[in-house]
Amino acid sequence: MHLVYPAVLASLLFAVGLYGVLARRNAILVLMSVELMLNAVNLDLVAFDRWLSDSLHSGQALTLFTITIAAAEIGLGLAIVLLVYRNRGTADIDRVTGLADPGRPLGGDSGGAPDSDPATDTPDDEKAEATA
Amino acid sequence: MIHSTIAHRGFMSPTGVEITFLLVGLATLGAAIVTVTTRQLVRAALWLVVALGGIAVEYLLLTAEFIAWVQVLIYVGSVVVLLLFGLMLTKAPVGHSPDADSENRWVALGVAMVAAATLVWVVADAFRSTWIDLHGPGGTTTKVTGAALFRFWVLPFEALSVLLLAALVGAVVLSRRRRAETPPPGTGPAPVTRGRDA
Repeated sequence: MHLVYPAVLASLLFAVGLYGVLARRNAILVLMSVELMLNAVNLDLVAFDRWLSDSLHSGQALTLFTITIAAAEIGLGLAIVLLVYRNRGTADIDRVTGLADPGRPLGGDSGGAPDSDPATDTPDDEKAEATA
Repeated sequence: MIHSTIAHRGFMSPTGVEITFLLVGLATLGAAIVTVTTRQLVRAALWLVVALGGIAVEYLLLTAEFIAWVQVLIYVGSVVVLLLFGLMLTKAPVGHSPDADSENRWVALGVAMVAAATLVWVVADAFRSTWIDLHGPGGTTTKVTGAALFRFWVLPFEALSVLLLAALVGAVVLSRRRRAETPPPGTGPAPVTRGRDA
């Protein structure tokens, strides 16, 4: 098999995932796009492992490690998204602007955007929770 | 099935494995594009199943059978279910949601196009005359993969299990409701918010 086929497919999948990460608004859809990017890298790893076919089978071992880390990442990411949803009432990543530059509010964050200080995170959370 | 000798190598005479790879790859790419562009959030997760399953088939075509079944088990089996649970728990709209994409969609499209063009150009230029010998030695059955994993990669494997445990504990700690935290007295809407979330 020509090596260009899996390599080009992996590149295109990576670009699709990149578009999803940049263009999506819901945090869970962003996580899905991250999964697509990780899968593109896995496909490259498997293809190069089969091409080089070294005795250590580095590509397949690294693919297994990447899959494991992706599973850990999706678990932690979903926990963080659920926590943000519980505190802010939204899972849209461009409405979570608590750490944004206060000179230019990005989204329609209802509370705490002008006086959001990164040092005082907990009162900001409480305020946003009260106004949510 | 395929006798890929030196004489048959070329773009103009693709082998059967290459044609299969190309067709499955087109389906995978289409499912991935629908995943990142659909306006219905649950359908995005379901199209992600198609994309990840297509990648599993590509692994099988690359003779990496253990990776293929791990892909089916972990990605299609658990990660997508986790994502669906996440969509459900964040009360994602089931139907058509017009604001699924943010305003900088066109910037993202430009960045993705540039990235795709650059990557495809580099990859196609670098591996223009490189072939994978799918019928040669070094076939990676599950036995070979397991032997390599537990002979040469034991230490990273164990470190990774510790990392998984840490991620598990971290996820539990993050998603646990704090019992000691009482709602602040005097604020009217706060108990209502907690009651709605609970």
